[in-house]
Amino acid sequence: MRHLTQFGTALGLFAVAALAYAGGPLEGVTEKQATNWHAIIMFCIFVTMTMGITYWAASRTKSTADFYTAGGGITGFQNGLAIAGDYMSAATLLGLTAMVYGQGYDGYIYMLAFFAGWPVILFLMAERLRNLGKFTFSDITAYRLDQGKVRTMAAISSLTVVCFYLIAQMVGAGQLIKLLFGLEYNVAIFAVGILMMVYVTFGGMVATTWVQIIKACMLLAGGTLVMFLAFGQFGFSFQTLLEKATAVHKLGAKLMFPGSLLADPVTAISLGLGLMFGTAGLPHILMRFFTVTDAKEARKSVLYASGFVAYFFNVIFIMGLAGILIVGQNPEFFEGGTVGGKLIGGGNMVAMHLAKAVGGNMLLGFLAAVAFATILAVVSGLALAGASAISHDLYARVIMKGQASEAKEIRVSKIATICLGAVAIVLGILFEKQNIAFMVGLAFGVAAAANFPVLILSMYWKGLTTRGALFGGYGGLISAVLFVVFSKSVWVDVLHNAAPLFPYTQPALFAMPVAFLLAFIVSKTDTSVRAGKEIEAFEDQYVRAQTGFGAEAASNH
Amino acid sequence: MSSAMYERMRANPKFEQLVARRGRFAWTLAFIVLAMFYGFVMVVAFNPASLGQPVSEGSMWTVGVLVEMFMFIFFWVLTAVYVKRANTEFDALTQEIVKEAWKGNK
Repeated sequence: MRHLTQFGTALGLFAVAALAYAGGPLEGVTEKQATNWHAIIMFCIFVTMTMGITYWAASRTKSTADFYTAGGGITGFQNGLAIAGDYMSAATLLGLTAMVYGQGYDGYIYMLAFFAGWPVILFLMAERLRNLGKFTFSDITAYRLDQGKVRTMAAISSLTVVCFYLIAQMVGAGQLIKLLFGLEYNVAIFAVGILMMVYVTFGGMVATTWVQIIKACMLLAGGTLVMFLAFGQFGFSFQTLLEKATAVHKLGAKLMFPGSLLADPVTAISLGLGLMFGTAGLPHILMRFFTVTDAKEARKSVLYASGFVAYFFNVIFIMGLAGILIVGQNPEFFEGGTVGGKLIGGGNMVAMHLAKAVGGNMLLGFLAAVAFATILAVVSGLALAGASAISHDLYARVIMKGQASEAKEIRVSKIATICLGAVAIVLGILFEKQNIAFMVGLAFGVAAAANFPVLILSMYWKGLTTRGALFGGYGGLISAVLFVVFSKSVWVDVLHNAAPLFPYTQPALFAMPVAFLLAFIVSKTDTSVRAGKEIEAFEDQYVRAQTGFGAEAASNH
Repeated sequence: MSSAMYERMRANPKFEQLVARRGRFAWTLAFIVLAMFYGFVMVVAFNPASLGQPVSEGSMWTVGVLVEMFMFIFFWVLTAVYVKRANTEFDALTQEIVKEAWKGNK
């Protein structure tokens, strides 16, 4: 029995972590809190500022290159901040702080797992992405393969990822805003959806990037301030902090031991793979690599992004530990005033309570505004990635076969953005009361199993043919979806069956090999004339990938 | 035209040099990161107690905290090392290759 509970906790933690990472929903339906005017005013300031930027960006968004990639004129530092912003969502701040608060060292292990993928992306992918890509990652997969079929496949899997991720973000946004701002769930959903449409349709990638940059700075500043104020109470001594924390925490000395978290190696490895390669297959993250001038700036963006992420994770670790004492020992933050009972607003509120304890209502308001801004920024990035899959891949390349004018293509992408915004609002409302924990796993599973294998093979393996790419891509997509549907998180928790058909919650370890094997076997057995030509065309692509010669240049402004 | 350019670049011995050097460097670094990270995951899975030991008698710093903090810093330093070398040495080599291919164009 004890074993079972342990296993349960482990699964729960994985879910929390996956959500924390991806900015998904905060567990369960939250309770509406009193209207928080500090937070609302500060959020309005943020919105005013970003609207000003959108207005400015709109005047600079004329060509398709401006719209999709900000004309390729973002610097490495700016892009690094924006990537870090995409990566550190509201739930990273809230979920991971709560995890350290509850589980101590386990939370720290998780943060390393979220971080470790970045160096690998830099070493193996960043410069090839920049050298080969233009607007979307299908530019790379379809480089020497059949444009129509491969782009359609890539667009379908991109849109799948974007939709699942959007649902998770929207529902998370509604719950969080209800909790932090004391607004109605539906009000929050409409606010997020409409603001996102405005940013993206008017300001394109320029506005989206700047929203992301501003939000990343706010998040870094807010987190750092709270950490300093809290850590200062312990004389900035890690020794003192830990001594006191282990003395009061229910885990005692075990606080600093790895717990039940990664006890099951299969899940641990599968999760690790999914996080690492899912990140490398997320369309809105991949798109960020096309916004910089050249491969040099692309590399710098990863350097800055990973620096910010690593720094912030360590800040969160300290915040969580300090929270054990500052929040966990203060009856003011518990329902009914019983220390050790239920935290007001739920377990994910540790970071917020900590902000209030060390910096009063102003700091709390600031942090709440940051959380809202964060969701908005991530949702905008997603919408832009989805819209570009529709307008650039499906409309301009597949339907119009490259004959669409730029003005028309931009118009289609704006319409697509508005449709995606509407879809996001509808889905957000439909899924309000649903258990959507699996959505994030699904988004990552599909990204890791459908997007990543075909992308990496198209860059590294000469032998990949159209037929192989299609089998690999669709195979990965279908198997990732099926593994998740048959796992406990959907089969039991949502469909209420007795036992899961697939024993693990993380699909990556199983779906990725399916995609790679299918792509490999089908390409190898493809003896068509076209396959021969595609293999021949790899030579030129290879030289371009290595040297960047012929890569898309920044537009002139 | 550009296909001919690509062919000339490919024929340049410096291209082989660039590919070999950068490939070796990037894969070595990637291997270090993957080996360290998955090695750490294995320790967490199979010998978690070892990570909870204090680094010295009476210290609250545990082996696990130190190892992780080290990895955060070390992985980031590796990215910095790669960026530095790629943005100077490899980019210079690339530019030479492109320039020489243009010359052959005349």
